[in-house]
Amino acid sequence: MKATKPRTNRIAGMSDTNMLLFITIVVFFLMYFAAVVFLGSGFRKPQAFFNILNENAALIILSCGMSLVMITGGIDISLGTLTALVCMSCAVNLDYQGGTVFSAVMIALGIGLAFGIVQGFLVAYLDIQPFIVTLAGMFFAKGMTTIVNNTQFNVKNPAFQALKAIRIHVPFMGAVNKLGKYIPAYVELGVIVALLIVLVLFFVLRWTKLGRSFYAVGGSLQSAVMLGVNARRTKFIAHLLCSLLAGIGGFVYFLHVGSGSPSHATGAEMNAIAASIIGGTMLTGGVGNIIGTLFGVLSLSTIKNIVTSLGLDEAWWTNITVAFMICVFLVIQSMVLNRKHGAKRGEIQ
Amino acid sequence: MKGKNPFRKANKQIFIPLAALLGLVLFNLIADPSFFRIVLSRNSVGYPVLSGYLITILDNASELVILAIGMTLVTASSGGQDISVGAAIAISGSVVLKVLCGTNSRPETLQAPIIVAFLVSCVVAMFFGAFNGVLVAYFNIQPMVATLILYTAGRSIAAWINNNELPIISDPVFGYYGNYIPGIPIPTPVFIAILCMIIIKIVLKHTNLGLYSQSVGINASASRLNGINPKTIKLLTYVILGLCVAVAGFIKVSRFSTINYSVIAKDIEMDAILAVALGGNSLAGGKFNMAASILGAYVIQFLTTTLYKFNVSSSALPAYKAVVVIILVVLSTPTVRKLLAKAKEAIMRTFLRKPAATENGEVAK
Repeated sequence: MKATKPRTNRIAGMSDTNMLLFITIVVFFLMYFAAVVFLGSGFRKPQAFFNILNENAALIILSCGMSLVMITGGIDISLGTLTALVCMSCAVNLDYQGGTVFSAVMIALGIGLAFGIVQGFLVAYLDIQPFIVTLAGMFFAKGMTTIVNNTQFNVKNPAFQALKAIRIHVPFMGAVNKLGKYIPAYVELGVIVALLIVLVLFFVLRWTKLGRSFYAVGGSLQSAVMLGVNARRTKFIAHLLCSLLAGIGGFVYFLHVGSGSPSHATGAEMNAIAASIIGGTMLTGGVGNIIGTLFGVLSLSTIKNIVTSLGLDEAWWTNITVAFMICVFLVIQSMVLNRKHGAKRGEIQ
Repeated sequence: MKGKNPFRKANKQIFIPLAALLGLVLFNLIADPSFFRIVLSRNSVGYPVLSGYLITILDNASELVILAIGMTLVTASSGGQDISVGAAIAISGSVVLKVLCGTNSRPETLQAPIIVAFLVSCVVAMFFGAFNGVLVAYFNIQPMVATLILYTAGRSIAAWINNNELPIISDPVFGYYGNYIPGIPIPTPVFIAILCMIIIKIVLKHTNLGLYSQSVGINASASRLNGINPKTIKLLTYVILGLCVAVAGFIKVSRFSTINYSVIAKDIEMDAILAVALGGNSLAGGKFNMAASILGAYVIQFLTTTLYKFNVSSSALPAYKAVVVIILVVLSTPTVRKLLAKAKEAIMRTFLRKPAATENGEVAK
């Protein structure tokens, strides 16, 4: 027993991550499988699954950013309103200022970068609590959105419309409709962007020095500093990346809805937090996984779809079940981790 | 000697909201002194009432002050914040209306005494507080995440309680608690807020609640070894916050005699957390200063009212608020304080050196 102890200690952080990831993926597949078996029609076609991706491409990107920040032990609640600000700015640029799609993308990235630099600086170098900084960021973005433009309008720019209409066909996944015509399955452009981001972040977090230092800083700030990790820079980069991803996510959201409105993406930050938690990222930092986050988003929207197809149409049922689901996941997580660490503690004693 | 030290530290902490308040007062004095005018006029019902921006601030800050009291305790003991208070206010307000209205959504007479409705809403709000508290204390879930559950579901539950109808109460007596009692020129919520402050002052002075919640927040395992049960203390603070929520919710529904589930007390949780932070309390738990939090709540309302006075639209308001908050928080960070102290020193030095330099110059000549 004594010989194996150091090894279990060394990989303790990673096993937490993997165990939570495992739970998430199993629960998602069980849930989806149950939906296919018991609810049938709405879930059986592959396109139903792709539609979940289409609807949630932006949320996947936002949740990835949220997970990054949460792994370093912080939080960013400005994501939702930042998305609305990006949508509104791009919409105004395209329709009222004669902008091109390129300039709109630049605006989205610019807004994300600007927020990231300011928030990252305040959090990392001035040691202000991330919650307060991003709360201010949230208020600021919310106010700025209405200052930029206060009404909802659809964008008519033809180049943008063309971009919005792009459908990428997925081979072999189509279905034959009632008239015997083959309808190919498709995903939108945003989904490709989102999946690329998930892949890149997965590699960064697992196999680069920067990625490992995210876990180190979130797991134990003091130990990370003693190991020579530049904690301030790591935190700064995490917040910068998060806001930049919010910029990208904002544009993807804009591409999906094609309009600007102050009420876009309200509560997206809470959905992103929920998705990250369901995906096994812990707010205490140091534990988390991007693939888990992806499955977190998918689980969240699957449960929403299940609730609607059960005929519980009233708006409150969705919220109540989502809350219930977060609750269940949290309790499972806490029980798993408590039991494991409790057992370890007992072993040491 | 020992008694003096914490007092001095407390004074230092209350300096942040006090400085912010002074800054706002000065700004208003310069911009428009009529901000501070208070007039005795007659309201729409014909009773004499005091009106003016200062009264508005005191009146509207009441709910925030009451929430800040509970939020300070929760922050101190659990090192996290409850983000579900806005949703919980919707629930408790909905319960009040449900009890008062019964099955009919627009009753001619009240179906139950107001005090009964209030007590029922207290029980319900304390139950939801206990739900949050159990998740935080017994399941070791981060407070913000644990309360995210109620934040997501709260407004839906509130709508569900009243079957998504919007009950309206026509009895004027119900409106007394959120507006004016006939003959008294000061809004009732001000008195309720003062009452809450007195109660919490007495509780903190004569019980160990303050001491225990601080020690649990500073080091939970050390306090457990000292015979305090951290779980019970955390749960207790969440239940107290639930009680605060019930009072605030009662005032909120009394103001309009009706409820709007998606709008009532929207974003108030952010303001309440901000009040705690403005009071110089660490959001990571531990020591707290109740007076500073309460003052912080008034500062936030002062800021909001000032912005409204300068015709900032309510939707653009958050942007200005954010800028002010960031300036305040940045100024209060140790790094910036050190820089300011250094700058002050440098200025002093240059002023002191200048005459020396001229002296040297004269000598050289």
